[in-house]
Amino acid sequence: MGYKRQVDRLPIIPADAKEFNVTCHYCIVGCGYKAYTWPMNKQGGTEPGRNKFGVDLSEQQYQDSPAWYAPSMYNIVRQDGRDVQLVVKPDENCVVNSGLGSIRGARMAENRPSRITGTQQQRLSDPLVWRNGTWQPTSWDDALDLVARVTAQVVTEGSEDDLVVSVFDHGGSAGGYENTWATGKLYFQSMSIRNIRIHNRPAYNSEVHSTRDMGVGELNNSYSDYEITDTIFVVGANPMETQTNLYLNHMVLGMQNGAKFIMVDPRRTVTVHSAEQFAGKENVLHLAINEGTDMVVLNAIMTHIVDNGWLDDDFIANSTFQGGEAVAQDAAHPASLGSLDHAMQSIRTSLDEAAEICGVDAADIARAAEWIAKPHEDGSRRKCASAYEKGIIWGNDNYRTVGAMANIALATGNIGREGGGCCRLGGHQEGYYRPDESVVGRPAEYVDQYLIRGLGGVHHIWACDHHKTTINAAEFKRAHKRRADMVKDAIDAAAGGTREQLVDAIVSAINAGGLFVVDMDIIHSQIGQNAHVILPACESNEMNLTSMNGERRLRLSEKYMDPYGNSRPDCLIAAGIAQNMERVLRDMGQDDYADKFKGYDWETEEDAFMDGFHQGNPEVTYDRLRAAGNNGVQEPVVGYENGQLIGTERLYADGRFDRHGRDDGKALFCASGWRGWQAAGRAREKANHKYWINNVRANIFWQNQFLDQKNDFVQDRFPYPFIEMNPDDMVDEGLNPGDLLEIINDNGVTQGMAYPTASAKRGQVAMVFGSPAGSQGNVTNGVNELNVPDYKHCWGDIRKVSNATRESAGISFKSKEITL
Amino acid sequence: MKCNRLVDAGRRQFLRGGLGATAGAAASVVMGTSEARAERALARVDYPANRLANLADLAVNAPMDVAYPDADSPGVLLKLGQGVEGGVGPNGDVVAYSVLCPHKGWMLSYNDADRTFNCPGHHSRFDAEAGGQQVWGHATNNLPQFVLRVDDAGDIYAEGVDELIYGRLSNTL
Repeated sequence: MGYKRQVDRLPIIPADAKEFNVTCHYCIVGCGYKAYTWPMNKQGGTEPGRNKFGVDLSEQQYQDSPAWYAPSMYNIVRQDGRDVQLVVKPDENCVVNSGLGSIRGARMAENRPSRITGTQQQRLSDPLVWRNGTWQPTSWDDALDLVARVTAQVVTEGSEDDLVVSVFDHGGSAGGYENTWATGKLYFQSMSIRNIRIHNRPAYNSEVHSTRDMGVGELNNSYSDYEITDTIFVVGANPMETQTNLYLNHMVLGMQNGAKFIMVDPRRTVTVHSAEQFAGKENVLHLAINEGTDMVVLNAIMTHIVDNGWLDDDFIANSTFQGGEAVAQDAAHPASLGSLDHAMQSIRTSLDEAAEICGVDAADIARAAEWIAKPHEDGSRRKCASAYEKGIIWGNDNYRTVGAMANIALATGNIGREGGGCCRLGGHQEGYYRPDESVVGRPAEYVDQYLIRGLGGVHHIWACDHHKTTINAAEFKRAHKRRADMVKDAIDAAAGGTREQLVDAIVSAINAGGLFVVDMDIIHSQIGQNAHVILPACESNEMNLTSMNGERRLRLSEKYMDPYGNSRPDCLIAAGIAQNMERVLRDMGQDDYADKFKGYDWETEEDAFMDGFHQGNPEVTYDRLRAAGNNGVQEPVVGYENGQLIGTERLYADGRFDRHGRDDGKALFCASGWRGWQAAGRAREKANHKYWINNVRANIFWQNQFLDQKNDFVQDRFPYPFIEMNPDDMVDEGLNPGDLLEIINDNGVTQGMAYPTASAKRGQVAMVFGSPAGSQGNVTNGVNELNVPDYKHCWGDIRKVSNATRESAGISFKSKEITL
Repeated sequence: MKCNRLVDAGRRQFLRGGLGATAGAAASVVMGTSEARAERALARVDYPANRLANLADLAVNAPMDVAYPDADSPGVLLKLGQGVEGGVGPNGDVVAYSVLCPHKGWMLSYNDADRTFNCPGHHSRFDAEAGGQQVWGHATNNLPQFVLRVDDAGDIYAEGVDELIYGRLSNTL
């Protein structure tokens, strides 16, 4: 309890320290930070001339001072082969965060690998190959040769469908334009891989197909729009917890400027409570709906807006489709799309119907509609910035629910306008630049099931850990381990033989149902336990990396330290695989196929950037991004003038919508008709179990929990995954705070720690997602028609496993809600 | 002392950087009389042992404004009524903390209902009964706690701090 670092003094950044631009790589917001490095035998002083801040550090610095940094912002790292001192602190001049640090980003320095201070010793330093019953360190040449030989033999004896790939598609750490391009080039250009999936879901698909099909890209406004809007409308998102500085530095300003705040979420989150403090309870409306009924409340709001005529008629006439149905419902489109009138035939829902289904007051739904759309007294239109995330993305009937959200924004003309927007709040930053991926098709293959069914022979995994972040995880883990163990046993039996004999033994095991697993990651992950080859990757700032944040702000986060050990950027690992594939295929006499793996002669990550993103965005170079600093440029980049990249503040400002690829530039409405539980088995599971198991995040480690599994500050707070429960439910189950419990249902079992939460409703528990110490995915199952998972809806029973341990007994179990 | 409005006087002064200048005028701020001079050449800072109060001055759950290790570092001395880890006094229930939020240096207020320190700026909160553990918030360290000692006469001395105090790169300036 109350872990303390016992630091009483920190080295001072000298005036001549090197300075680097850093975009925090953990979450979508991408806060700006500055990294400072200086030699071990130098230090700054308290006199203004002797420190980077130019202030007298012998005096106390006051509130919001740029001239202070916490112990977590300091480390000693390797730079150009030498140990240097490092400080990474929030940048007060970055418009994203204005000097605010988050509990994640402000620990970036501490979460750097250091052989001096001992931080992040879990990081992989060398390639590992399964030999003689364990993972043996080896050279890149040896490891890549084995990967290429087995992969080449399997895809040539069978087909490319036998290579299964799990790979990031995002920006920030484990992603970025350099790395998505390189992996995309490997799997979509050199090869045509269909059995491919993304880090957090079992298929290669969009999480927001519907809004894209409607013509509306999901990141369409600027964070500044939240500051000047009349209403902030959030559905299934928790920005105070998970997009912290978007909330604190933009949404709070909006509330202080008079904006109303609406939240649709079954759970009372810290965002709701915080908004009440900033805006006043009378200006915050929390619609605590029954789980899975978001679409109904959205449809009722839409109906109320239409029936009252609070529409933006000009916008609808000029920017939306007018001719009835434009896209029919089919296997690739879980709802039809078309004009407002067409969609309303399915949408129409009365306030009373919605109140009954959603379990909230009809008057509150009407009030939400008023706050969103009722014109001001002078007749001017209301501005509304709307936002959503996993609550509906990973919710019931993803396609129609996300569509219902975008319907409201279109009907009220709130896209492409100041103070508007209809956006995902996002998880990671974005950084997608890949060759055409249409080989995947739609619906995309449910890759986890493909592997569970015994299909595929080689599995390449890039910074994905299904064991922690997939649905139906319990079954997946069993199947994956069983198949990987077949290959491990074959390798062990072939010990001492030649490389050819080893490859033959592996391929024979694959043909018997085994799976050869290659894992590219920064740490030895849980799914990595099944790997036969492990290739060590490095992170942002151990390489240069470009990404864009939730308002499409593109930055170059600069390299300030060496990759740990012999680890490499993912883009150069992909290049290494391609080069070895070319060599091995040529040796096999497959020259035509080998030729497809040409074009990877990159020395650096910048070469990969120039080969990929730069080709599609010729104005953008590393030098220009470096000059643009932590404020970067908002994509799309449309020019370069007077030494500056010219960006785009918000999308669709001209009223033309193009995300669906239609030539007419007209947005489509989604016929988001309610059909109850979309995924099979939900109603039965709900009826059979006592608790709804919600799936939630925590600001302390969301997006970097894998790095924090040995971090003392974090583990001291949450030694086990928390499961928020109503105290009366805890009494029913014989649980005290900190006790360990199991959640059990037909999908599997998982484990966590009881965390009493007075605001939790009876029968509803909220388990933190993605924990290394307890996978919520073990008990969750079900996808929509397009194989987007519904992580949010599962039900289970609870059983006490153990009294609180020494670790969990001492932590604070007080409310997370502020009391001022 | 109004709970939830703890160190209100201090907050007003602190925001404009004048706490030190007015500390003597604030009746509840107790300054030490035996301030030690920090030796800059030492590996760790040399903390002064400053008398903050006598046990008899404290009432349960009524925080007293103090400053340590100098007048520019506001804190509170608090008798919790039941023993906690790190607590001193006959019942092991007396603790003291910095009240500058380790996130951005805003002045924390004390909520006597659940015994937490709360930040009005960005809504971080810290548990007075769990070593200043951040219950929820943005700071990357828990609340700095003052190391206390009680002598035979019941006088309470602060003589150390277990974390870096906001706004200073050395706990003693």
